[in-house]
Amino acid sequence: MTSKKSLFRSKEMGIFLVLIVLFIIFSIASPQFLKMKNIFNITKQIATLGICSVGFTFVLITGGIDLSLGYQISLINIVCAYLIVKLGVNWVAAILIVLLLGTLIGFINGFIITKTGVAPLIVTLSMMTILNGLSYLISKGLPIFGFPDKFSYLGQGSMGPVPVSLLFLIAIQLIGAFILNKTYFGRYFYAIGSNEEAAQLSGVNTGRTRIMVYSLCGFFTAIGAILMLSRLNSAQSATGAGFEFDVLTACVLGGVSSSGGKGTMLGALIGVLIVGVLDNGLLLMNVSEYIQLVIKGAILLVAVIYDTMSKTNSEKIKRMKAINADNA
Amino acid sequence: MAEDAILKLNHITKVYPGVVALRDVSLSFRQGEIHAIVGENGAGKSTLIKTISGAIQPTQGTIEVGGSTYDYMTPSLSRQNGVAVIYQEFTLIPVLSASENIFMGEFIMNGMVLDRKAMDKKAEELFARLKVKIDPKTLVADLTTGYQQIVEIAKAISKDAKLLIMDEPSAPLTTSEVEAMFNIVDTLKKQGVTIIYISHRMEEIFRLSDRVSVMRDGQYITTLNTKDTSKRELIKLMVGRELSETYPKRSKEAGETILSIKNLTGNGVKNISFDVRKGEILGLAGLIGAGRTELAQLVFGYEEIDGGEIILDGKTICPENAEEAISQGIALVPEDRKRQGLVLEMDIRENSTLPSLKRISRFSVIDSEKELSITGTYMESLRIKAPGHYQKTKNLSGGNQQKVVLAKWLAMSPQVLIFDEPTRGIDVGAKQEIYNIMSELADEGKTILMISSDMEELIGMSDRIAVLCRGRLSAILEADEFSQELILSKSAGGELDD
Repeated sequence: MTSKKSLFRSKEMGIFLVLIVLFIIFSIASPQFLKMKNIFNITKQIATLGICSVGFTFVLITGGIDLSLGYQISLINIVCAYLIVKLGVNWVAAILIVLLLGTLIGFINGFIITKTGVAPLIVTLSMMTILNGLSYLISKGLPIFGFPDKFSYLGQGSMGPVPVSLLFLIAIQLIGAFILNKTYFGRYFYAIGSNEEAAQLSGVNTGRTRIMVYSLCGFFTAIGAILMLSRLNSAQSATGAGFEFDVLTACVLGGVSSSGGKGTMLGALIGVLIVGVLDNGLLLMNVSEYIQLVIKGAILLVAVIYDTMSKTNSEKIKRMKAINADNA
Repeated sequence: MAEDAILKLNHITKVYPGVVALRDVSLSFRQGEIHAIVGENGAGKSTLIKTISGAIQPTQGTIEVGGSTYDYMTPSLSRQNGVAVIYQEFTLIPVLSASENIFMGEFIMNGMVLDRKAMDKKAEELFARLKVKIDPKTLVADLTTGYQQIVEIAKAISKDAKLLIMDEPSAPLTTSEVEAMFNIVDTLKKQGVTIIYISHRMEEIFRLSDRVSVMRDGQYITTLNTKDTSKRELIKLMVGRELSETYPKRSKEAGETILSIKNLTGNGVKNISFDVRKGEILGLAGLIGAGRTELAQLVFGYEEIDGGEIILDGKTICPENAEEAISQGIALVPEDRKRQGLVLEMDIRENSTLPSLKRISRFSVIDSEKELSITGTYMESLRIKAPGHYQKTKNLSGGNQQKVVLAKWLAMSPQVLIFDEPTRGIDVGAKQEIYNIMSELADEGKTILMISSDMEELIGMSDRIAVLCRGRLSAILEADEFSQELILSKSAGGELDD
């Protein structure tokens, strides 16, 4: 049975090798790539992606999805900027308010999904449109800028050579891994995603757990959004558009199953690194934005196909074994 | 006799891992007869049907049909040979019309578009053949269950079925609908269609069939001319076997009443009342659909209670979900282990601690030492055979899976355990172990409700047996009254007391 365990490890290993290969290719293709400054640049760029992937991984593991994530980032950017710049709210207070807002949006998503039974895809898709509209209503389509230096330090500053946002990323990934592996909630996530009925019949309050998962996703998304705002120094309603797609790609690449029940924090992080390295490397090689889109879409497709095929294959193998056992 | 056989099964054996579902069954069906098949739940009737319809492949044996001999059928091969099956669950699409359903997959086309007129006309002809009037344009959703079944039959004969298999066709129907269905079956017979008729209800078998075959424990027992036999003889043949299992003797008497069900109603169960004592095993008998599992779901908070009371240990409880029922000390070992009992992708440790995780956590953090010690304790005491606690439960045998389900409940030390078909799909050795465990639990003062369709098991394990019929309690039998005949007769609603 240890072989199964190591096989699982090797799945993460496989994706890690992909990351290494990408690293080597880009190092050869662009002399800029391996410079320390660029590496830290990548980590700043992926901080938001990596932090959002934590909550998104939780949601995927329970068998759900949160398409509203991208425009949630937009709305939180706009609200946070509006509070600080237009209303003159203290930046710490503003951060606390938008953290609450993010959690609330997630809570509403989870609440509707659990209480009505409407598919997460539809609920969060509707939410995505609502949030998009709201952020334009508040910003009137204009960018908001002019933040205090201390606020900008979060996303741009460094402690010694290490970017502050990298520290946030590491801390939140560790918290995510802790929740998944050490707490009973984490275990519930897997149980619900793997067999909701059995989980429920074992006394797991599946509804409450689901609501919690979406709320957490909203909370982590808000953290990611704040770092992004701090880095870009300007809030725009279009900032988060399509971001959910990057997060989904990263998670699925990292072996988090899009049909629930499977995935690790480390895997998701490697997925995030791949997406980040790819973005950065293609940019350095002056590949056009549109070609980048094509490449990213293709990668998600390959990852999902791999995920599905490996599942059906293992079921097929199981069936064949059962048939062979029959004949024996 | 051999030449008029429309379908012959020769020495069919079907083995599933750990279970022999059919053992050397040879059976032939004559052209134009209504051939009933009877047997208890689990006697192998369904497996037999599936063999004929091509849904499964037999391990050994051959099937002779249409002048050829096959090792196995496939669904399309059996259809080509004129075999059609009417299952209990209909395969109709409610939002489409009757005629569209009948010609589903073989639509009549007029160039690129559906030729609805032609289909409606042909559907009308089919209904005329069955001597019923149904408007082919009616949506299936708007038809009653009885008419839906007729559409299903029309669909079968539209493909020129020569052999129609009907699996418990009367189960979903009302009394008047049953009578209409009988007429259709008679009509089809007159038109030369052979019918294999599977039913629990004796009166239907005597009303309809020409011959009746008895199955028991996956074996073919005999075929009789219906007019030469009696209900009593058939029941004897269905259940009459020597006790093959030894049931553990219990060392302790049952104590005072701990669980009272009073006028419990809801989820298809009507007005059920009984008391169970501490340390008692109460068997719950009844046919499939009698309301046994439904009753368990009510007690376990899985379905809504419409009326009545559940009193546990002197307290009235009304569990609204499984979580509450569990916290009151109730556990359910469900019938469908793989779907409801276990998270198959998870390992033994994760499954066996799932209900108790919260208890062994501090500030939400799981105490992994306690977790391992719980898993270790029950793996040892229940003798779960696996290389280690990290074994995924999907890779375990049925018996070991059932023990993991038990482990997760025992870790919660419940007062009442409900077992729904505890030994279904479990091999003989593991069965014995499960019996021993249940008996030990009762001796420890746990109260057990055991739903079972295995008569032997019910009689062997239970202190008393409550018999359910059509959602109601039809009898509570004391140990000295136990007999398979009595249980079967009470299960069938006393209709055998002739």
